[in-house]
Amino acid sequence: MALPKLKSDVTEARLAGLTLPAGADWATEARQAALGRVASMGLPTRRDEYWRYTDPAALTAPEAPAAAVLATDETPIFGAVDRIRIVFVDGVFDPAASDDLSETGLEVEFLSSAMSKDIHWAKDLYGVLEARGQKPVDRSLAALNTAFATQGVVIRATAKVARPVNLIYLHQSETSDAMLHNLVRVEAGAEVTLLENGPAAARFSKVLEVDIADRGAFHHVRAQGRDHQRRAVTHCFARLGTESTFKSFTLTVNGRLTRNECVIELTGDDSVAHVAGACVGDGDDFLHDDTVFITHDAVGCESRQVFKKVLRNGATGVFQGKILVKPGAQKTDGYQISQSLLLDDDSQFLAKPELEIYADDVACSHGSTSGAIDETALFYLQSRGIPRKAATDLLTLAFLAEALDEIEDPALAEDLRDRLEGWLGRRR
Amino acid sequence: MLEIKGLRVKLEAEDKQILKGVDLSIGAGQVHAIMGPNGSGKSTLSYVLSGKDGYEVTGGTATLDGVDLLAMEPEERAAAGLFLAFQYPVEIPGVGNMTFLRTAVNAQRKSRGQEEMSAAEFLKEVRAKAKTLKIDADMLKRPVNVGFSGGEKKRNEILQMAMLEPKMCILDETDSGLDVDAMKLVAEGVNALRSEGRSFLVITHYQRLLDHIAPDVVHIMANGQIIKTGGPELALEVENNGYADILAETA
Ligand SMILES: Nc1ncnc2c1ncn2[C@@H]1O[C@H](COP(=O)(O)OP(=O)(O)OP(=O)(O)O)[C@@H](O)[C@H]1O
Ligand SMILES: [Mg+2]
Repeated sequence: MALPKLKSDVTEARLAGLTLPAGADWATEARQAALGRVASMGLPTRRDEYWRYTDPAALTAPEAPAAAVLATDETPIFGAVDRIRIVFVDGVFDPAASDDLSETGLEVEFLSSAMSKDIHWAKDLYGVLEARGQKPVDRSLAALNTAFATQGVVIRATAKVARPVNLIYLHQSETSDAMLHNLVRVEAGAEVTLLENGPAAARFSKVLEVDIADRGAFHHVRAQGRDHQRRAVTHCFARLGTESTFKSFTLTVNGRLTRNECVIELTGDDSVAHVAGACVGDGDDFLHDDTVFITHDAVGCESRQVFKKVLRNGATGVFQGKILVKPGAQKTDGYQISQSLLLDDDSQFLAKPELEIYADDVACSHGSTSGAIDETALFYLQSRGIPRKAATDLLTLAFLAEALDEIEDPALAEDLRDRLEGWLGRRR
Repeated sequence: MLEIKGLRVKLEAEDKQILKGVDLSIGAGQVHAIMGPNGSGKSTLSYVLSGKDGYEVTGGTATLDGVDLLAMEPEERAAAGLFLAFQYPVEIPGVGNMTFLRTAVNAQRKSRGQEEMSAAEFLKEVRAKAKTLKIDADMLKRPVNVGFSGGEKKRNEILQMAMLEPKMCILDETDSGLDVDAMKLVAEGVNALRSEGRSFLVITHYQRLLDHIAPDVVHIMANGQIIKTGGPELALEVENNGYADILAETA
């Protein structure tokens, strides 16, 4: 079937300047297959239902729109945590800034190296979960990433890994256009924590594919960079085996355009997936979009989505969250909440929560709310001498707390909470 | 200390006059009580003095030690030494009671040009004061007033007052919802704070609180005005006879 004119124009224009990277045969096949998916789906346009609230034009444009680099003298995020740092500058690995990668129970390799080997486990993961995630909704920007990304890490955890892996994405060039594709394979009973932080580039496309074997656990905490003009589209595809765990939290402050898609398949019985996000947006050129799709395809699984956004000065927040319970996925426990705190009338929150259930013994609930600041609480705080701005910040943090509480590691949670408090405190 | 002259207040949202010329003068170190039928405007007076939105002052003045209260933001009034113990203390989920108290204490110190209290110093003081009010450590850790019983909320108000050390304290029905022992605790808390430089305006429906906190002056408010002012015996009269006689005599 031919693509609509706009879609095919956009797709052609974007593909014109790109060439498939070289690699092992299997890698080339995977990339060609991904390119095929892009060609048949076409890149997203505003006319797509899935992009109704978020204009993808800047994400599909042939050139990355420029984004100023934010100067900051802050201490590094997660700096107090004993972690393995892997640094990318504008999407390119910087060995000098990175740590030694040896750690018990952990294998870390770079994408380019893995993709050039004739035999590599990455063959069974690269583009595989992304391709599975293309149904029932197109995620062609992820396929584009699979086809053309050359940078990224390939991580395998074979035991409980003591230190978290921290991917640090620095942004230094105002016109950088970065593509990263990361793979994580958590073997049976293994456990690993992945930390990600930084704006990465003027425009950033990132795919993370996570395959968790039985009883494995994957923890993910991310802080997307605060550079005001940066744009990002990120996809996380996860597949969960029996009794495995996936927990992901994202903090987004600033950034002009952020689309975070999370696509999770619970394929093993009694597995657990939690996704959460806290977002603070400011200004009418701010748009933050969380799009989540969770498929329950096994018995006794639990999924939980907790998304909170604070918006002001005309900022826009989007949430599209779906829980799909397949036939036979009995004893499913699905929970989804998306809430926004609108600090003024100009800001807006657009939410599309969806449930689709084909099993009868399930407990699923979802809720979405949008509200202004509680004036009664505000007055109470002010009447105790707390200035209006500080009182608003306290209530804002209180609102976001429910999402931050989803972070399991108290040290990581504390770090992000403190920073958030500092950032809010500095705003006028 | 607190001088209110001809204060007239209407609701912002509708054309309803609530305070119709209130005159009140509270000297330093004095305790005044206001009694009056439901809906007479007592809470409104306390809200207007502390700067709550939704009211429009259509006449009169209110000053604290000569400073115009009505021109200030609520937080500035607090920093100037005004404190209102709410009739209905507000629950604030997600904000810890301790964080709240410390932020408030330090905000006030900052606005007065004083140094912030250290965490250790603060903790020591709050623990000592909480103990005398029988507020346990668990209540301090919980979010502000969330899940507190009615009486616990009122004691929490007094704890805040004790920490903030205001010079003009307004207590709006702090006694309602308190059991006999809690009422004693609260009264002791208030009495402990009584000093030459600190004044109290106690809004209450019952003589009982005034048994513990002996007022210097008692006012009766009705229909948005102070209609009668007298000594402690006035409270006894209300307790025994209700408002009918007083209302009739001033009508
Ligand atoms: N925001 C408001 N909207 C509508 N009516 C109001 C508002 N605030 C006060 N009022 C009205 O103003 C009058 C005075 O209320 P207020 O709460 O001051 O009375 P009170 O003397 O404190 O009564 P109580 O003894 O019952 O506490 C009442 O009739 C009340 O309904
Ligand atoms: Mg009242």
